[in-house]
Amino acid sequence: MTVINLRQMKRNQTGIITSVKAQGEMGRRIRDMGIVPGKEITIQGRAPLYDPVALRIMGFTLTLRNNEADYIQVEVE
Amino acid sequence: MSIAIALAGNPNAGKTTLFNELTGARQQVGNYPGVTVEKKQGTCVSEAGTFEIIDLPGTYSLTAYSLEEVVARDYLVNEKPAMVVNIVDASNLERNLYLSVQFMEMGIPVCLALNMMDVAQKRGIEIDVDKLSALLGIPVIPMVARTGKGKNELLAQVVKGIDKPAAPLLISYGQDIDKALDEMEKIITANQFLTDIYPARWVGLKYFENDAQILELGADRDKETAGKLMDIGEKLHRHMSATLDTHPEGMIADQRYGFINSVLKQNVIRFAHDRNRLQRSDQIDKVLTNRFLGPLIMVGVLAALYQFTFTYSALPVGWVEGLFSWISGVTDAALPDGLLKSMIISGIIDGVGGVMGFVPLIMFMFLGISFIEDSGYLARMAFMLDRVFRIFGLHGSSVMAFIISGGIAGGCAVPGVMAARTLKSPRERLATLLTVPFMNCGAKLPVYALLVAAFFPGKQATIMVILTLISWVGALLVAKLLRSTVIRGEATPFVMELPPYRFPTLKGLWIHTWERTWQYMKKAGTVILGISILIWAMMTFPGLDDKTKAQFESRRTAITDTAPAEVLTEIETADKDAELSPEAREVTSALAGIDGQESLTRLENSFAGRIGKTLEKVSYLAGFDWRTNIALVGGFAAKEVVVSTLGTAYSLGDVDPESTDSLGERLAKSPGWGPVTAFALMIFTIFYAPCFVTVVCISRETGSWKWAAFSVGFNTALAFALSVLTYQVGSLIVN
Ligand SMILES: Nc1nc2c(ncn2[C@@H]2O[C@H](COP(=O)(O)OP(=O)(O)OP(=O)(O)O)[C@@H](O)[C@H]2O)c(=O)[nH]1
Ligand SMILES: [Mg+2]
Repeated sequence: MTVINLRQMKRNQTGIITSVKAQGEMGRRIRDMGIVPGKEITIQGRAPLYDPVALRIMGFTLTLRNNEADYIQVEVE
Repeated sequence: MSIAIALAGNPNAGKTTLFNELTGARQQVGNYPGVTVEKKQGTCVSEAGTFEIIDLPGTYSLTAYSLEEVVARDYLVNEKPAMVVNIVDASNLERNLYLSVQFMEMGIPVCLALNMMDVAQKRGIEIDVDKLSALLGIPVIPMVARTGKGKNELLAQVVKGIDKPAAPLLISYGQDIDKALDEMEKIITANQFLTDIYPARWVGLKYFENDAQILELGADRDKETAGKLMDIGEKLHRHMSATLDTHPEGMIADQRYGFINSVLKQNVIRFAHDRNRLQRSDQIDKVLTNRFLGPLIMVGVLAALYQFTFTYSALPVGWVEGLFSWISGVTDAALPDGLLKSMIISGIIDGVGGVMGFVPLIMFMFLGISFIEDSGYLARMAFMLDRVFRIFGLHGSSVMAFIISGGIAGGCAVPGVMAARTLKSPRERLATLLTVPFMNCGAKLPVYALLVAAFFPGKQATIMVILTLISWVGALLVAKLLRSTVIRGEATPFVMELPPYRFPTLKGLWIHTWERTWQYMKKAGTVILGISILIWAMMTFPGLDDKTKAQFESRRTAITDTAPAEVLTEIETADKDAELSPEAREVTSALAGIDGQESLTRLENSFAGRIGKTLEKVSYLAGFDWRTNIALVGGFAAKEVVVSTLGTAYSLGDVDPESTDSLGERLAKSPGWGPVTAFALMIFTIFYAPCFVTVVCISRETGSWKWAAFSVGFNTALAFALSVLTYQVGSLIVN
């Protein structure tokens, strides 16, 4: 079990969110979509230029830019 | 008495579908006061009663960050609908309930329309509706909005529920926040701070969430109490950052999701399969957003959209133009010559005809875009392109507006500006709106065609590629410039849902398309009528004085008097298309020459002409003489006018009136013209003020004339600077 940054996760890798550091508007939008500690996410893929990233959470697909993903820590196997 | 109900929910949950199902799509569409967020209202008559229904914009949350959220919240608070029907997507329940919880926190009467039950079932999701209802304490009605299943039960439930007062939902947000909230609640109640509008505890919550709207309202109302609440908020913020490495805002969101989780965990929801297993949508995405195939397919889709919009609309555009030229022909025959006739034909009919001519184009464009949007592909395009557009302060979704406007030469900025509606982030949207007019729209092409043929023969393709590149590079750089100056601000987060692919319904597409087209016709139409009369007046008045008129008249009579009588009768009796004898042709062309000179003199003397002459004092820097200036001023009406006005202005002058030279050949022979001037003129045409139809659309879409005026002023200044640069540098190189 290690905690890594969401940006470093590989395709199809699954993990549990441990913390979301973003504040203000960005933080709000991220949390509104269900990115809160304790939720499981799976990386679904990345755009052709490796940014943004698409991930699966609570049964739907969400996209985030890499610099937004930087605020999110994830615990992986 | 009709009962007011509001439809609210996440984007894509099916609000509009249910709205159309309930109202039969008999609706009024408008904008919310002061903002360009669509407001839809309709009436539903049913066994259960008569309902006044409003379709609120889709939001994920009720904070006041986006325009949609502010609009939705203000409506609920100010208009107090009898019931909020919160539409939730059953196949995506957990996230959808996040908004429901916030409605319940506000203590407004709410019931859940559990939509998309068909989708949930297909994915093996089972929901215990009664249990959900019992645990949340609000009615829950399962339904399928697409087929109308469950709508009668919903209405019956609404009627049953309206007289029951709702109490705000109390959730624990953790010890620290709960305690601070208690303290705040006391202060708020004691001072009756905003309690006429909002529940006390909710106001406290908003202070922890740093809700800009409430903070401002509070400071306005009662500075002292507001100050106290701010202090409590700040204290808690410091405390939580120090001890828990978190902050109240984050904690509140966590706890809301925690509450939802605790409800769902009590056997409310069961998944037959792993809910993150790949759906059909994900399989499609493996191809459509594939690193190599994705971009290729996207180019194909854009090309198809383009083809669809501009090729298939050509026929109906032709009909509309035909209709208006028929009307203008009839008017021409019916009215006596004079100012009134000229105003009706050149001012009103040409002006309105110009606007209506765009209607089929706009309809086809919206139909195409609605398909791409409703199917879910638009979100994928934004996903794939975001990295590129972000560099320039734009958003992945900007691509659509650029392509439509002429990113592939030959589009039109009017639908392009309107296509920017698909952008949800305000700053990026504004930057997109202001830069799409730089694309090479179909009306600029005749200008290029004329100049290239005259000055760069045989290089058509090369020059077109160069011009396309210049317009893209220019637009993106200007976007970057705007985003770092007048529209400065952080990039709006790209936190976006990729909705599952769905096949759009015909009804949905039609409603979407028609609504937007109708708005264009109605609003743009009236303003444009006024402006086109104004432009007509500028090119007509003050007209020629009697002396000059008499001079032209006497020159005409001089010709007719000397011509043999049989030639004159031949001209009078001949059919329009009939071949005339050489003598008769000589007479008609001499007469036409004088007519032409007269209209040139009139144009020169008109306000537009005077402007052209005045501008010559600076425009010579870019190599433009006064005739070019008039043409460019006329181009503000529509870019095609540049060519026709140049035609009028250059049809005579030093050149022999009988010459059969084309306009291009005539330009090539004129002193002062050369490849450098032509290129400078093309540069100017790319960048200068958008045509006024576009300007009107910009003002409508931004909700302010300020930005419309900005685009006229800024673009013209930029165009002038660039064309002077081109001309001066070009002249140095050529000489
Ligand atoms: N299968 C299925 N599809 C549905 C149902 N209700 C709506 N849809 C589809 O879901 C998509 C989104 O529906 P809309 O009504 O446009 O959603 P909305 O909530 O108005 O979305 P926004 O206006 O973006 O906030 C459309 O393609 C609908 O046809 C349903 O009950 N079952
Ligand atoms: Mg809708």
